[in-house]
Parts: sequence; C-alpha cells; structure tokens
Amino acid sequence: MTTDDSLPLSRRLVLKGAGAVALIGLGNLALLPIPAIAAANDKYPENAFKQKSDADAIKALYGRTAEASDKVKLDVPEIAENGSVVPVSVTTTLAGVTSISFFVSENPNALAASYVIPEGTLPHVANRLKMAKTCNVIAIVESEGKLFSATKEVKVTVGGCGG
Amino acid sequence: MASTIRVRAISNGEVTEVQALIQHPMDTGLVKDAKGDLIPAHFIQQLTFEHNGRTVFLADWGPAVARDPYVKFSFKGAAKGDDLKIAWVDNTGATDTMMAKIQ
Repeated sequence: MTTDDSLPLSRRLVLKGAGAVALIGLGNLALLPIPAIAAANDKYPENAFKQKSDADAIKALYGRTAEASDKVKLDVPEIAENGSVVPVSVTTTLAGVTSISFFVSENPNALAASYVIPEGTLPHVANRLKMAKTCNVIAIVESEGKLFSATKEVKVTVGGCGG
Repeated sequence: MASTIRVRAISNGEVTEVQALIQHPMDTGLVKDAKGDLIPAHFIQQLTFEHNGRTVFLADWGPAVARDPYVKFSFKGAAKGDDLKIAWVDNTGATDTMMAKIQ
C-alpha cells in the first residue's frame, strides 16, 4: 500500500470515506451538493428553537399564526407527576398535512419538537417531552399551507428542566 | 458499540407503524451536576427515517424532548421485509445510523 501506484487510490478511498461521514454528520449544514437538495426543506430550525415564548417560536418556525381547530386532537396527561417525561401525542383529520410541531409555553424555550410529514406519512405523532412547570402544551398542524392548533394544560408536580 | 437506536416497524400490509427508542442524555444545558457545574447542552437535533431512499419522517428536536427519546409515527408504501434506515445527529456533531427490517 506504500507504492506510488496504490497511494492515490488509497487516498481516494480515504476521501470517499470522509465524504460519507460528512454526508451523515453534516448533511443538515448543506455543505455538500447531494444533501443540499434535501436540506432545502429539512434544515434544522435553529432560530425557532432559540425563541423563548410560544408565539415567537411559532412565528420563527412558520412565519404566521395558527387558528385553533377541533380537528387537531392533542392527547396529554391531565397531571404529570414527573415533568421530565410527559407523553404527548397528536392526531388530526385534516388533509394535506406537511408538518406537526409541539410547544410547551412555560419552558425556557417554547419549541420542543417539530416533525416533517411527507406525503404518504400519516398525520399522527407520539413523543415524550420535558415540562418545566404547569402550563399549556400547544400542538400545531400545518395543513395545505395553513396552521391549526390545539392547546391543553398539563399540571406538572415536579418540573423537568432543571435549574 | 451497540447501536443507540432501537426500532420496531410493523406493517399491516398498507400502513407501517414505526416506534423508535434512542439512548441519548438530551441534556438541556440548564442542569447542574453534583459539584454545582452546569452540564453542557447535549441533545439530538435531527432524526430521519428513510425508506427506499425517500425520507418518510423527519424530526427536529430541541432539548425539551425527554431523555432517551421515544417517537411513534406511521407511513404508507412499505412492505414486510423492506429496509428502514434511521439516523440521528446531535448538537455536538455525533451521529448514529441503523438499518431495521420492516416486520
């Protein structure tokens, strides 16, 4: 592997390997042309996650406001004894859903999670969130370019954000 | 190292239900350790699920997602025996990837 002939080949292999790692690791930074196509829609919304209030976070993420809808079904526990693990799920009968996001209004940063729903994926997501204290959980569903929300209060016995 | 990702993907012929559990501390950067020093933020930012090269689900997460995150979703268009590729990247640039068989 140390002859002149094989050196360029092995170097290429090393570079290929590095490229593959970059594809996985840095794909969301859009450094390479291939993931850049996917990253156009799928870029990590850094700014929205930094916003403190739910209204600012919704504005940073979607650029508009949501209207409450009874077609968005948000399922949360009435009382969460442990704020560090609160099961939250949402489902909707709305058509053409492209994304679903969860906000916890009194957390240090309101946006908790945002999910891209491509065509063929059902508008139904379950996950587990942390809650600092008793407050509202807001689910936003983006359907055919419009935003619909559902809000429910969860009583938190022990907060789950430290501090 | 064993994978940090555990996935169960079950198809009923039309819809595939996917449940994923990932081992990750999801530190918020707000919690102090026993010595009173802040534990730096360390959380998964993006989690992707791909079927046949197509992204079927993408999660953008902040530190408010609970430790050892769990997520459940369903999608159409896959058959039993198909591969599902799962990958995550966190705020330190660490990643993990695994392939799961749809059952």
